[in-house]
Amino acid sequence: MSTESSPVPSPAPVPPGAPVEITGAEGVVRSLEMLGITDVFGLPGGAILPVYDPLFESKKLRHILVRHEQGAGHAAEGYASSSGKLGVAIATSGPGATNLVTAIADAHMDSVPMLAITGQVFSNLMGTDAFQEADIVGITMPITKHSFLVKDPAEIPATLAAAVHIATTGRPGPVLVDITKDAQQAKFMFRWPPKLDLPGYRPITKAHGKQVAAAAQMLVEAKRPVLYVGGGVIRSGASDELRTLAETTNAPVVTTLMARGAFPDSHPQHLGMPGMHGTVPAVIALQEADLLIALGARFDDRVTGKAALFAPNAKVVHVDIDPAEISKIRVADVPIVGDAKDVLVDLESAYRDAVAAQEGTPDLDEWWATLDGLRAEFPLGFTKPSDGLLAPQQVIQRIGELTGPEAVYAAGVGQHQMWAAQFIKYERPNSWLNSGGAGTMGYAVPAAMGAKVAEPDRVVWAIDGDGCFQMTNQELATCTLNKIPIKVAIINNSSLGMVRQWQTLFYDGRYSNTDLNTGHDTVRIPDFVALAEAYGALGIRVTKEDEIDDAIKLALETNDRPVVIDFVVSAEAMVWPMVPQGVSNSYIQYARDHSPAFSEED
Amino acid sequence: MSTHVLSLLVEDKPGLLTRVAGLFARRGFNIESLAVGHSEIPGLSRITVVVDVDELPLEQVTKQLNKLINVIKIVELDPTQSVQREHLLIKVRVDNATRSQVLEAVNLFRARVVDVSTDALVIEITGDSGKTTAFLKVLEPYGIKEIAQSGLLAVGRGGKSITERVFKN
Repeated sequence: MSTESSPVPSPAPVPPGAPVEITGAEGVVRSLEMLGITDVFGLPGGAILPVYDPLFESKKLRHILVRHEQGAGHAAEGYASSSGKLGVAIATSGPGATNLVTAIADAHMDSVPMLAITGQVFSNLMGTDAFQEADIVGITMPITKHSFLVKDPAEIPATLAAAVHIATTGRPGPVLVDITKDAQQAKFMFRWPPKLDLPGYRPITKAHGKQVAAAAQMLVEAKRPVLYVGGGVIRSGASDELRTLAETTNAPVVTTLMARGAFPDSHPQHLGMPGMHGTVPAVIALQEADLLIALGARFDDRVTGKAALFAPNAKVVHVDIDPAEISKIRVADVPIVGDAKDVLVDLESAYRDAVAAQEGTPDLDEWWATLDGLRAEFPLGFTKPSDGLLAPQQVIQRIGELTGPEAVYAAGVGQHQMWAAQFIKYERPNSWLNSGGAGTMGYAVPAAMGAKVAEPDRVVWAIDGDGCFQMTNQELATCTLNKIPIKVAIINNSSLGMVRQWQTLFYDGRYSNTDLNTGHDTVRIPDFVALAEAYGALGIRVTKEDEIDDAIKLALETNDRPVVIDFVVSAEAMVWPMVPQGVSNSYIQYARDHSPAFSEED
Repeated sequence: MSTHVLSLLVEDKPGLLTRVAGLFARRGFNIESLAVGHSEIPGLSRITVVVDVDELPLEQVTKQLNKLINVIKIVELDPTQSVQREHLLIKVRVDNATRSQVLEAVNLFRARVVDVSTDALVIEITGDSGKTTAFLKVLEPYGIKEIAQSGLLAVGRGGKSITERVFKN
């Protein structure tokens, strides 16, 4: 984030503490600079115009002009999720601000540190239904960690500093700052640093020692423990600490959709992803466990299935930085409020103490024998579609294999997202970006764009569906013009695939409104290759198995522009394993009508 | 379900009440009564809220409220350890035959008449909900024309204050 090496000093540097008179708009730009922000995504309009004037001059802030504000929001998310830094999106009032709403909601669900700055109409016009007026603070109240309305320029520096502090500390999340146009235009005395006044905000990071010791004792006594790892471990940057605890305890690890990459897929203790489309070993391990150590995970319904029947015999140690997550869905036997990184260190050391006091490490051989049996019997896999078209799983698997774990993979939402979670092997945190909680179709392309801006040296793939891609592909223009060479793999099954899968399974194959006519044997509207080329990207179409590797390699070699590969795949392919909605996870199906025969005691 | 009284110390910021009320609505918690006013510290307000929930959802209510940046402190006030009052203004129909009976009830309940007209009295009464409910029952046969009721107000018994505890550390 450092720009210290820049030989050209930015105009009129402000020595700390010395007040200068500037406009509110200049105050916004200066504050962002002082807060260490280097990249912002946005699109100007009437009520934010004053800010765009000094932004034009800024040497420290790179503004990337998007084509739709939702793109700015997801780009900010991708930027944040790939780097751990704060993502920033700027929009004007009214529709500009409401276009950010989906991305803000998405960031809220997935705890992404994000700052949204919106222009607001003149304060004397507020409440009069003025042109492009929307109560964006009111609209976003339920989907932000916090929001501010600023009508006085003097409040701008402290408000932005507070917003950044709130967004990035504790459980991260989106914060919105709405600034009236008159506050942007008026002059005030700018001082830095401002004083933060947040008496009601004190996130707890250091856990209670007694609770940690209790958890360690349970871990020593457990016969069938599982480390149930959620996205909090990624946000906390606690992967190394997790690995240490896992290896010390020899406990099996599952990583949720939000935690893919928190623990290396190649690690022998990793059972894969739990949940509706999780691996059989991961799902059954949780079901049969006698102890769950939930780490930054929130017992989402897509993980638990019917919550009342989830892990019925397990005691629960729940570690989360957000006290409200603990016992929200499943009552925790040992609640631990704290930052995953700190708690993992404490827990590992408490475990060692407990083992020493006990003489002899717990014996998990029997547990591992069961789990290894499940792994051998139910590996992740797929069958070739009978229509002779490409297997989407194979395409995604090859992208992962040819690109490797150093890349960043952003997915849309649906079947391709699940396959990307299953068939790409993640070895490091922040390499897998997706819309987990909100399930926002259209996330992939702008999120990949944001990730590529944050991590320009990494290969960034958007693994997208033909439905998702059509929601936000306008950002390819942004990518081409700003030299952000992302790679997009459209897993084109010519339909809203996941919805279609449910129609196949639960609606007697009545395909109501899921056919998109983009794939094999259709009119191909739009033609994705032509569309890519219209945006100045390299467009490639792949229809045969032997073309897959060459196309991926060509994409990896092409770095002067974005690449879009239209993988024309079979619409038949379904995501397996699957737990049907609303039932116990014990009813997991490995493939259609094929349930594993495991011991069911109740 | 059981009734719980929560006392919230909050920053007096625009939209604060919307944040609190919105949270209750969004998470499906019912507000039975709500009272908002200044606290003893400038810039801070006190909200007294009565919720009807079980023990476990109550914990969720408290934790979710605590996440609101403008909420500084939440305390549940046990009815035996706190003074709890609500305030009612009641317009009751009277005529020459009933006026004296109503006034007698007013005296018995230590309520006060605050407005008199030929066909009605406006009575104010303060008390816990047991007392006010009983009073309303007594007045009912005469004809209650209008009621305006405050939310429940509550404060802990004894010398300690919530604010002191917050700002000590």
